[in-house]
Amino acid sequence: MIPLGDAALDHLRAVVDLPDLAATRYDLEAEIGRGGIGVVYAARDRQLGRPVAIKVLDAALAEEARVIANLEHPAIVPVYEAGELPDGRAWYAMKLVAGTRLDRYLDGHPSLNERLRIIRMAGEALAFAHTRGAIHRDLKPQNIMVGSFGEVYVMDWGVAGVAGTPPYRAPEQAAAAALVDHRADVYGLGALLRFVLPATAPRALRAIAEKATSAEPADRYDGVPALLLDLERFLDGLAVEACPESPAERAWRFARRNQVLLLLLAAYLAVRVVLFLLRKI
Amino acid sequence: MNKLLVGLLFGAILGAADGATAWFYPEVRTMMQSILIGSTVKGMVVGVLCGWFARKVNSITWGIVAGAALGLLFAFLVAAMGEPGQHHYLEIMFPGFVVGAIIGFLTQRLGEPAARQNA
Repeated sequence: MIPLGDAALDHLRAVVDLPDLAATRYDLEAEIGRGGIGVVYAARDRQLGRPVAIKVLDAALAEEARVIANLEHPAIVPVYEAGELPDGRAWYAMKLVAGTRLDRYLDGHPSLNERLRIIRMAGEALAFAHTRGAIHRDLKPQNIMVGSFGEVYVMDWGVAGVAGTPPYRAPEQAAAAALVDHRADVYGLGALLRFVLPATAPRALRAIAEKATSAEPADRYDGVPALLLDLERFLDGLAVEACPESPAERAWRFARRNQVLLLLLAAYLAVRVVLFLLRKI
Repeated sequence: MNKLLVGLLFGAILGAADGATAWFYPEVRTMMQSILIGSTVKGMVVGVLCGWFARKVNSITWGIVAGAALGLLFAFLVAAMGEPGQHHYLEIMFPGFVVGAIIGFLTQRLGEPAARQNA
């Protein structure tokens, strides 16, 4: 009997772990990621000849597939099909997203507006999911994908009991993962916002992230839409709810926002003064 | 509020304010009423034209350029209406030019754009 080497044993372990999709129309190609509750594989749909991603859950958590399948949104990866493996594990096939994870996308030093665009699009997906009663529970840069056309996807939707990932996990989620509400996602989105902000980010944006990641859920925004509204206010040059400002700051913001008008009014005054002085000469 | 109305409103306000500055010139104080009315009407006409332009062209820069040009044109017409030897071209056209630019800016910035029509 020939003893097996470490490499051979590792290979055997990997093969044993591979899901048995023989009864489906998908051919497994490669593992592309591991989430909190399962493994994602690249696969090919034999029938339609297209690439897909297959997520195999660690347990019979078919609920996750059902939850995501009901979330039709441009920033949520569509689920094609779901099923159960012979060993009892649940799986579902979804669109294979060709894109870059948010943490790697930031290596390209995108502009502040682009960073905020990604947060807003992710936030819109979350706000939509919350209206359907779904909570992500595991927001982190690795779960946000930016596609080649700039599209943003929120991946790896969690199910009840998912513990989340520090530092993007809300404190109450660490204490009792099953008892969180949508405000855990407010915390996660605020932590994501903090992650994407460059060191030179304006104080108002840092204040939004601070408020969203308050330790007490009641101190955060009521929901993701309220957070997005504050981001909109910032982008429109308005005061944000999270950051009370002094009269001087308010005046400065007004001047910046209306600089063309102020310039024209100043020009009018200058013309009037010059004409008045010319008359005296 | 649509852009024509914005132009009319701000044209009237700015035109009247511009006309009111004539008070600083004692020699024309006796004509304040007609100056105020003329300047207000001039502002309203420029405002409506700027509002119409803003419905066609969505550009702050071009709005200011068009407003300034219209302001200058109508100020010239008003100045030319004066008695012979009393044409205050400089005093009327320079401020009119800037007031037109302000109205052009405001009609671009404020007011609902014209509703798009499906082909």
